[in-house]
Amino acid sequence: MNGSKTLTLASLLLAAGIAHAGATLDAIKKNGFIKCGVSDGLPGFSFADEKGNYNGIDVDICRGVAAAVFGDSTKLKFTPLTAKERLTALQSGEIDVLSRNTTWTSSRDSAQGMNFTGVTYYDGQGFLVNKKLGVASAKNLDGATVCVQAGTTTELNLSDYFRSSKMKFTPITYDKSDESAKSLEAGRCDVLTSDQSQLYAQRIKLAKPDDYVVLPEVISKEPLGPVVRHGDDDWFDIVKWTLYVMVNAEELGVNSKNVEEMKKSANPDVKRLLGVEGDKGKDFGLANDWMATVIKQVGNYGEIFERNVGKGSPLKIERGLNALWNQGGLQYAPPVR
Amino acid sequence: MAEPHVPHPDLPPPASAVGALGWLRRNLFSSPLNIALTALALYLLVTLIPPLLRWALLDATWSGEDRAACRVNSGACWTFIRVHFDQFLYGFYPEAQRWRVNAVVLFLIFGAVPLFLRSVPDSLKLRWGLGLLLAFPVVAFLLLRGGLGLPVVDTSSWGGLLLTLVIAGVGMTAALPLGVLLALGRRSDMPAIQTLCVTFIEFWRGVPLITVLFMSSVMLPLFLPAGMNFDKLLRALIGVTLFQAAYMAEVVRGGLQAIPKGQIEAAAALGLGYWKSMLLIVLPQALKLVIPGIVNTFIALFKDTSLVLIIGLFDLMNIVHNATTNPEWLGFSTEGYVFAAAVYWLFCFGMSRYSQKLEKRLHTGHKR
Repeated sequence: MNGSKTLTLASLLLAAGIAHAGATLDAIKKNGFIKCGVSDGLPGFSFADEKGNYNGIDVDICRGVAAAVFGDSTKLKFTPLTAKERLTALQSGEIDVLSRNTTWTSSRDSAQGMNFTGVTYYDGQGFLVNKKLGVASAKNLDGATVCVQAGTTTELNLSDYFRSSKMKFTPITYDKSDESAKSLEAGRCDVLTSDQSQLYAQRIKLAKPDDYVVLPEVISKEPLGPVVRHGDDDWFDIVKWTLYVMVNAEELGVNSKNVEEMKKSANPDVKRLLGVEGDKGKDFGLANDWMATVIKQVGNYGEIFERNVGKGSPLKIERGLNALWNQGGLQYAPPVR
Repeated sequence: MAEPHVPHPDLPPPASAVGALGWLRRNLFSSPLNIALTALALYLLVTLIPPLLRWALLDATWSGEDRAACRVNSGACWTFIRVHFDQFLYGFYPEAQRWRVNAVVLFLIFGAVPLFLRSVPDSLKLRWGLGLLLAFPVVAFLLLRGGLGLPVVDTSSWGGLLLTLVIAGVGMTAALPLGVLLALGRRSDMPAIQTLCVTFIEFWRGVPLITVLFMSSVMLPLFLPAGMNFDKLLRALIGVTLFQAAYMAEVVRGGLQAIPKGQIEAAAALGLGYWKSMLLIVLPQALKLVIPGIVNTFIALFKDTSLVLIIGLFDLMNIVHNATTNPEWLGFSTEGYVFAAAVYWLFCFGMSRYSQKLEKRLHTGHKR
């Protein structure tokens, strides 16, 4: 008897807990803006331009979430964070969503109480070499001198890769990425290793960027994505589906320019996505056409990619792993149904 | 009558001992070692100066609006600095509101003018200075932060040189009085106060500033109840102030120890109480003695402000770093850091010159 009473009490408490699950979303709606944590300067991902406006893939994800919740992609407050303080800032509630090229790992998902909402950019460690070295693949790098940043996982991945391929290498470690780019240029090392997205940024810093090439091999998995904290599933769903909407929109050929015309489309997938048919939007507790608003104000995934790091930017990164699943990449979103 | 003896006039010194030649011989070529050092210095200057001039001035780019303009010349790209200049000064402070920052600076300059005029009597200077010390922070806070009809500019948009000066200014003005109190407390006869001050000083001197900032930004929010955040800048200001106060206390204590016991006894004999004897007799002498130490601490503090970049505040250093991560402007970090270094040097050198002037003006003949 007593035991079952305790159980009832426990389940009541649990129910109360669930009722309060929307704490983050409630607070956001009350504040009227989303607190978005971004980096303190990372080319193509998040940085402030000379007018002080934030730009980048990570920033656009936050804009998308703001468009979803408020129908206005400017209702944001950006908090620039260093790599060390980012997770604390999320845990302590200083920010609502962390969109700061953070690698999705098991320990962050579990022990640190984070929820990764998806992958905005599939990154991985790669190599940048001078074309005149005549190396077409990382497999030919036996005996190379490699510039690497000290104390990062980059260093570990590098030695693992060379050991498992039974190749020799001489590492030269640097503290700053600027230094390593300079020493590649001066010929102090044959090859520079870092995450591929960073290699493209390093390449622009060189005097003759076209003389250098990023090798196709990727030797580590660095899936980067937005993060929310445990405890508010409604909020988690919204952030997660903002990205899925962007990917789905690209797959269905909907972009920021044609979104109004596409509302007349006969394709049922497009109709559901844009809120013309059904009430899929309402299920999130948002306006029924919030997905259309996100696409209209921020764009689909392809537009965001090309604008910030792809062809429309100085970085000129290839889609590669970040192409859609039906075009040889990994970007795949569950259907709106 | 014998002619009075007129000594033969002195012969002029040999030509090699006077003029430019003499100076050269005395200072640059007086010994084989000095000749070698002079040659080495000349060699270094000849190899370093021309490329530096070519990079910084002759081959440099000043015009244009984007990176394409800088690809033409091989030298420095000062366009990068010009385009970002306002941002380096004000950070992300909204453009329409930047007059408020200028107003604060003007207020400080005009407010401080009477303090530097010799014609103003000292008693008036004292009152004027105290009034400025009380009024300026209030005015500056209201103008920078907003309120009273002005739109509020959140401290997260403060940045650049503005933020550097805010942190350095608050740190200096708060750390000096706090440091004096701590130094007096450490030399106090009251065990409780003495222990408290010694513990405080030793604790804050024992941890690096970077740890203090990091704790204030990363650990503190975890201990506070959820949803309670207090301003990141305020946290940094408190951290910097307490840290520098501990250093200042030790500098001031050095001065206090140099004052002979007779001075305090004389003050007591005149019937002055503790505070009066400290304020009128001991501190004026002690502080004057340690001007170099105080300014040294100030200069260190000014440069230490750049550490706030690890907690994501955009001071001069970090705003330059941020500008170098804009894909449109990648690859111009050298120019950015040279600019930042020049600004830091300008301020630190200014402080150093001012302290030397102050020492000269206040010296009372005890100097050796």
